[in-house]
Amino acid sequence: MAFLKFDKVRIAGLSAGVPKNVMSTVSTTDKYSDDDFIKTTGVRQKRYSNDFTTSDLSFAATEKLIADLGWDKAEVDALVFVTQTPDYILPATSCILQDRLGLKRDCMAFDISLGCSGWVYGLCSLLGLMSGGAIRKALLLAGDARKQAFEEPDQLFGFAGTATALEYTGKESDCFLFNMGTDGSGYDAIIKQVGGTRNQVTAEDLIPKMCEDGRMRHGFQTRMKGMDVFAFGITTAPKSIKKLAEHFGFDWTSYDYFVFHQANFKMNETIRAKLKLTEEQVPYSLHDFGNTSSASIPITIVTQLKGKIENRKTKFIGCGFGVGLSWGTVAFETDNIVISDLVEL
Amino acid sequence: MKTLEEFVALFAEQFDDTDPSEIKADTVFHDLEEYTSLTALSIIAMIDEEFDVTVKGDDMKSSVTVEDLYNKVIAKL
Repeated sequence: MAFLKFDKVRIAGLSAGVPKNVMSTVSTTDKYSDDDFIKTTGVRQKRYSNDFTTSDLSFAATEKLIADLGWDKAEVDALVFVTQTPDYILPATSCILQDRLGLKRDCMAFDISLGCSGWVYGLCSLLGLMSGGAIRKALLLAGDARKQAFEEPDQLFGFAGTATALEYTGKESDCFLFNMGTDGSGYDAIIKQVGGTRNQVTAEDLIPKMCEDGRMRHGFQTRMKGMDVFAFGITTAPKSIKKLAEHFGFDWTSYDYFVFHQANFKMNETIRAKLKLTEEQVPYSLHDFGNTSSASIPITIVTQLKGKIENRKTKFIGCGFGVGLSWGTVAFETDNIVISDLVEL
Repeated sequence: MKTLEEFVALFAEQFDDTDPSEIKADTVFHDLEEYTSLTALSIIAMIDEEFDVTVKGDDMKSSVTVEDLYNKVIAKL
């Protein structure tokens, strides 16, 4: 059972960077209308641009957050970049970001390749490194954006990069509780088949072919078994939250906000109903920003809760679930958190 | 345990524009004009809520009639 507890570290601040360009949602099939698609997915519009990579958006978000926090860059000891759209296959984009951000060479940096669950995994990994006190300040960058090869914009997904600033406090009351899980038997429920070493790239891979759902896709495009992912999400997320609360013996119903990975509205509303949560407890960013992969939890806090939580103690449950299949739930509290204005490029 | 009749009624509730009387146990639901991958999500959510059973895409695809799907759900109980 992957239950973890890390303390003595707090979230000092959050920021998010998105392309300025707003794209309205349209149906890409004659099987259902624009409105039907919007009603189910909840995505009215999202941010899309082919001009910025995930690291560009995350870089801008991080620069803004560091300025708002008044951090000295020389104090940052670690940087983790969570993405499935890295700048290059190698080197790790976190190395490029270390230099671009002007961080010192005595800084550990590595990438984590996860999507929907990625922010929770990145947080858990960094807290594990930090709670001993050796690393005092660290940055967690997470998001997904521009694709490996041009493709028609996906109607569900929006582009975003986020930054989460973590700092060592030494206080045991600054505490994070985690439940993490994996079910790799569902590895092909969301998959980009080409680009790794299992299927070596050929010229053919760039030629779009007809898929089972009647859409044309080339080999570098993500394929999703929507129904399987839906069934996974509505069963796994509520269970993970209940298991976490049961394991650590706390009352989850008293939490202020439940920030879920912004999968799609129907899936998230089903999860909300199963947990009997109020609308106020469950903020959404997907109506305006779409499903933003590992950026979805931080961007929801930045865009929906800025102005509401900075100056008071706020109890959060964050839950990411999806590609892998992989999931993670975290319970934590914020106080005096800095939330930057949304950065638009 | 819910009966086939109750399942058919719950199944029909997931459609907005299709008259419930059009949906019976032997209805080939993939042929219904309103049935899409989006409706399928409502049906999967209904089965999860009412039966606590997880139905996947392959279960939906391989069921021809509403009764076929009911039998798959019952087999997973």
